[in-house]
Amino acid sequence: MKFVDEYRDSEAARRLSAAIAREVTRPWALMEVCGGQTHSIVRYGVDMLLPSSLELLHGPGCPVCVTPLETVDRAHAIAARPGLIFCSYGDMLRVPGSRGDLARAKSEGADVRIVYSPLDALTIARQNPTREVVFFAIGFETTAPANATVVELARSRGIKNFSALVSHVLVPPAITAILGASDNRVQGLLGPGHVCSVTGTREYLPLTKKYGVPIVVTGFEPVDLLEGVLRLVRLLERGEASVEVQYERAVRPEGNARSLELVERVFEVCDRKWRGIGSIPESGYRLRSEYHEQDAERRFDVASVETDEPTECISGQVLRGVKKPTECPAFATRCRPDRPLGATMVSSEGACAAYFHAGRLRAGVRSLPVAS
Amino acid sequence: MCLGIPGQLTEIFVEETLRMGKVRFSGVLRSVCLELVPDAVCGDFVLVHVGFALSRIGAEEAERLTALLDELARSEQAFATRPPGDA
Amino acid sequence: MSIPDDDDAACPLPYSDYDRVVLGHGSGGRLSHDLLEQVLFPALGLAAREPLEDQALLAPIVGRPALTTDAFVVRPLFFPGGDIGRLSVFGTVNDLAVGGAVPRDLALSFILEEGLSFETLLRVARSVARACVEARVRLVTGDTKVVERGKAEGLYITTSGVGVVAPGRELSVTRAAPGDVVLVSGTLGDHGIAVMVEREGIEIEGELLSDAAPLTGLVQAMLEVEPNIRCLRDPTRGGLASALNEIARASRVGIRLDELSIPIRPDVEGVCELLGLDPLYVACEGRLVAVVPRTSAERVLSAMRAHELGRNAAVIGEITSGPSGLVTERTRIGGERVVMMLAGEQLPRIC
Repeated sequence: MKFVDEYRDSEAARRLSAAIAREVTRPWALMEVCGGQTHSIVRYGVDMLLPSSLELLHGPGCPVCVTPLETVDRAHAIAARPGLIFCSYGDMLRVPGSRGDLARAKSEGADVRIVYSPLDALTIARQNPTREVVFFAIGFETTAPANATVVELARSRGIKNFSALVSHVLVPPAITAILGASDNRVQGLLGPGHVCSVTGTREYLPLTKKYGVPIVVTGFEPVDLLEGVLRLVRLLERGEASVEVQYERAVRPEGNARSLELVERVFEVCDRKWRGIGSIPESGYRLRSEYHEQDAERRFDVASVETDEPTECISGQVLRGVKKPTECPAFATRCRPDRPLGATMVSSEGACAAYFHAGRLRAGVRSLPVAS
Repeated sequence: MCLGIPGQLTEIFVEETLRMGKVRFSGVLRSVCLELVPDAVCGDFVLVHVGFALSRIGAEEAERLTALLDELARSEQAFATRPPGDA
Repeated sequence: MSIPDDDDAACPLPYSDYDRVVLGHGSGGRLSHDLLEQVLFPALGLAAREPLEDQALLAPIVGRPALTTDAFVVRPLFFPGGDIGRLSVFGTVNDLAVGGAVPRDLALSFILEEGLSFETLLRVARSVARACVEARVRLVTGDTKVVERGKAEGLYITTSGVGVVAPGRELSVTRAAPGDVVLVSGTLGDHGIAVMVEREGIEIEGELLSDAAPLTGLVQAMLEVEPNIRCLRDPTRGGLASALNEIARASRVGIRLDELSIPIRPDVEGVCELLGLDPLYVACEGRLVAVVPRTSAERVLSAMRAHELGRNAAVIGEITSGPSGLVTERTRIGGERVVMMLAGEQLPRIC
């Protein structure tokens, strides 16, 4: 697979790993922002190729994980409406709400369908003109242009039975929340590759200036991550807080103009609650009022549901890089992918799920566990 | 959701005013919306995510990577053959 | 005994006011009798039997008898390289074969959904018949039930099989020992992905066929070269990862795999990449994983590669002394990960 295999090459990995070892002179704590990056690190054992003085902290870049409980509950309530078709990405089906998950709603008779693209949801709406169709539009900035395109299409083509339940979150405010916290340990950031292919890097410069933390926008394959670490280490060793792009093949500093224009037209920034973290000002998108017909939140008057979070789940701390999954008392025992307590164990990009599937059951990231 | 996969654009067509393409990933073909990459042409590699091409993948990347790896090999060599007593 | 081709489906059925299954066909009365005599038995390649006995008397067994049973609920019923009928025969045959048994007699029961077309039923039945010939087993008894519409999605099949194990055969999941070598007979995940591709309408460039096949001959060829093979498993639901985890636990050993040695077709890898699946957990229906003593690994590998079902056989790892029950993989970049037992279903309804 071109543009994939080269970034999983063992010799390339070895050379980068050796270079990092040569150039590190003191301990550094680095955070990779995206869940996809966490997944790759754990799947390939990238951190095992790093000197022990480098610590990788896992970031909040898992949109499934940070979708607020209220939104998940609202999704369930909407999905339960008779005759309505609820479309969602597969991962969201198993995220626990206050009372079960969407998969359970489906087994109880709700018409919940897995889609791989918002276009699929629009097609379903066209094929079922007499039924309401709602698409669960979650994601970071990466998916916003696709969702904007589809919302616009619904409006321009008069597909009246389609609406979106929007829960977009934005990376820069989350980074601000993390770097600004009093217990922050992050010294360098591996920035979000796909988010920046949409947004460009402009918003990250003020962050490096304000917090003195270098950011290297990095891809997702092992070689990308190792190169990102090498460049971050070089910046840290030099004491330089600036923004660089490792993921050059997909990221231009100015971003994707077409995508930005579409997003700007359809969405506006709003405050958002991040599950496990709390409310972060101006950290999300919602549909502009012109698109109220396509806004499932306005279209379906769903009464506020009592929301309960299982108190055992420490997703929030995991998402801020303050705790590792292995430090959670319920990890791999009461909380497993088949019976998750929180979203980080459900999503393929959640740190807890990533750790579990790669068998990192004990603390001490580089030590492999004894099977239980 | 970060799952963005690179593939090669093999065909461009219009489906009800939407610019669409056929993208090949290791023997699998998918229909992908090209509205976000108006400059993409057949033969280009694109990054695909939730059924949309998000960006074109720069062809110069192959040379960049090779140059990086060569440079690393050289500095590894230099480090290995450095005179004894150097840090 | 000739097995009707699928072309015969175009010919008028020998009898019937019906072209599909109705509830009466499962009642045990006239309609049931007619379904069997006029429709199923000919399609299955069985001569009509009068009177119908409730059981089949088997030829005496010389050696140890082995028995296995399996149910088949795959959707869709037909997929590239196979169908539910073919799977139902090979699945049971392979469960016997990996125990070192030579499969011999098969029992098969259908659960049919009211409304299932005779055309579909005949197609499946003919496939069963052809698979029995290919696997060299005899269908000796069976059963048919009909359930209301909406209860069986077409049809389900259960098969049970009897085979004979030669004296001295001691294949067991408990016998893997440190130093042994792990082999696999071919590319992984072809079946599960072929079914997935058909079900989801994924477009692929080449042709991806299910790997469903009867493994008896391959197993016998391997045992001839090394009678002391520790164990064999066919990695069906849960894929290679599940089979190896079972072995590691039962034998109380560790297993260490090498990612780059594991044979996977590029198109299977491509689909897995696109859908976020791990090929190690995808089912095969005509592959086996073998644990063999190190000293005979090369010879066994050669014997496998000489057989048509083992052309892409490869060494993929080794048995270690521990940690007990743990399957690990050296990743392609030189890191390591644990290949966990699957928690939950990765791909539903693929066998």
